[in-house]
Amino acid sequence: MKIIGLIIAILTGVLLLSATADFPIFGDPDSPASTHLSPYYIEKTMEDTSVPNIVTAVLADYRGYDTMYETAVIFTAGLACFIILRIFVREEPGDRLYRHVLTGVTVRVKEGAKLPPSDDFERIDTMWTPPDLIIKTVCRLLIPFIQLFGLYVIAHGHHSPGGGFQGGVILGASIILLAISTDLRTAVQRMREKVDAILCPVGVIIYAGTGALCILFGFNFLDYSALAPLLHVDPITARSHGILIVEIGVGIAVMCTMIWIYNILSSGGKYDEGL
Amino acid sequence: MVWQLDLAILTLVVITAVGSLMVKDLLGAAILFGAYSFMMCALWSIMGAVDVAFTEASVGAGVSTVLFVAAVLRTSRRTRD
Amino acid sequence: MGDLLQIIVAKYNYWIYITLMMIGLYAMIGKNNLVKKIVGMSIFQTAIILFYVSIGVKKGATIPILEHGHGEHGHSAAALIVHAVDYVNPLPHVLMLTAIVVGVATLGVALALAIKVHNRFNTLEEDEILAQIREK
Repeated sequence: MKIIGLIIAILTGVLLLSATADFPIFGDPDSPASTHLSPYYIEKTMEDTSVPNIVTAVLADYRGYDTMYETAVIFTAGLACFIILRIFVREEPGDRLYRHVLTGVTVRVKEGAKLPPSDDFERIDTMWTPPDLIIKTVCRLLIPFIQLFGLYVIAHGHHSPGGGFQGGVILGASIILLAISTDLRTAVQRMREKVDAILCPVGVIIYAGTGALCILFGFNFLDYSALAPLLHVDPITARSHGILIVEIGVGIAVMCTMIWIYNILSSGGKYDEGL
Repeated sequence: MVWQLDLAILTLVVITAVGSLMVKDLLGAAILFGAYSFMMCALWSIMGAVDVAFTEASVGAGVSTVLFVAAVLRTSRRTRD
Repeated sequence: MGDLLQIIVAKYNYWIYITLMMIGLYAMIGKNNLVKKIVGMSIFQTAIILFYVSIGVKKGATIPILEHGHGEHGHSAAALIVHAVDYVNPLPHVLMLTAIVVGVATLGVALALAIKVHNRFNTLEEDEILAQIREK
């Protein structure tokens, strides 16, 4: 198999290398990719949408259909992870481990029984490591700032690099950091599986619903200038605001999908203990 | 764009890509893949694609490494190739 | 000799992308471990994204964010003339930005399948899995 793989890879590589002879020179401003459609975007974005970041404007306005279905693909991937791996256990047959906080004595409770919830005992994982003061404190201090930065990235995507995808991933990463620095149960308490599963399609629906709202006003699907009477602004600023609305939808969907996939993968589908 | 910097990062990209496939430990492969993603991010930012670089820095070097580590934790760490 | 050097300087980027693509393709076919195959898939994907982004590069151009005054909205200052040559091509960036995020979502699905395979066969090596299937 290795020999066949090597032959196929080298054959493909030789074919592609021979094709590079016809490529334009690297960094050529007059290459075919840069001469037909993209000059329109560069020159007209400011007039049409008043968004300085061309990438954001093209992503959410000119090519809005593309991004909408990409968001749907991300939601579908999260759903696929859920369907492939999730195991529903009615009552846990294995043992549970509890640790007395003050003395460090570990108690093993058999056959799925539970200790009454109290402050003296905390439940721990089977692969438990002692809590590290530095990691816990630094993560607890850092997580609010990471979330604030994620919100800034979503909201400021019009003027600087950023947008719904990046901001959503950063917001998701903050919850994943919480799960890594403490344990999975702490993160799941903040962000339950039901919340994840509901907010994922909500993000997609915000995007598609903005488009559908434009149809109700008698414009084309995803033509945000229709929202001008609703937002009390002129049509060009309305396109800028419409981009912000759909970016928020994308951010919600991406955030929840990342948390969902991580929780399912790290717990092996059981959703009880993880990394 | 400084071509020496470009060439150095391109070489590092190839080295980390080969390294992540050659190493006999899957956790090491995951970490080297994160380094590969970060080199890619640096390459894109010197090409002027700031949005793509930002996405790769948060997604490729951040979340996908964590997903690999989580999957390796749930399966086995050793490998024969 | 000068011609050859010029060709190398003009095209070396493309050659390295093709090398990366070959590495990824070989890993997907030739490697025995499933996680290594997934790493190879991600490398292949990143190489293609790198190729797309490099198509949009223009020499002497800046990042695709327009210069604008503070607090003014562009349509009121329509006299502001933008030359397409000064900014890199934003279109490949848009296409690839979504591809990266979709890539990590599909990576999650692939890893979930790998975990499922490991739960059933207790190994990630392809030949051992095939041997176990043949025994049945």
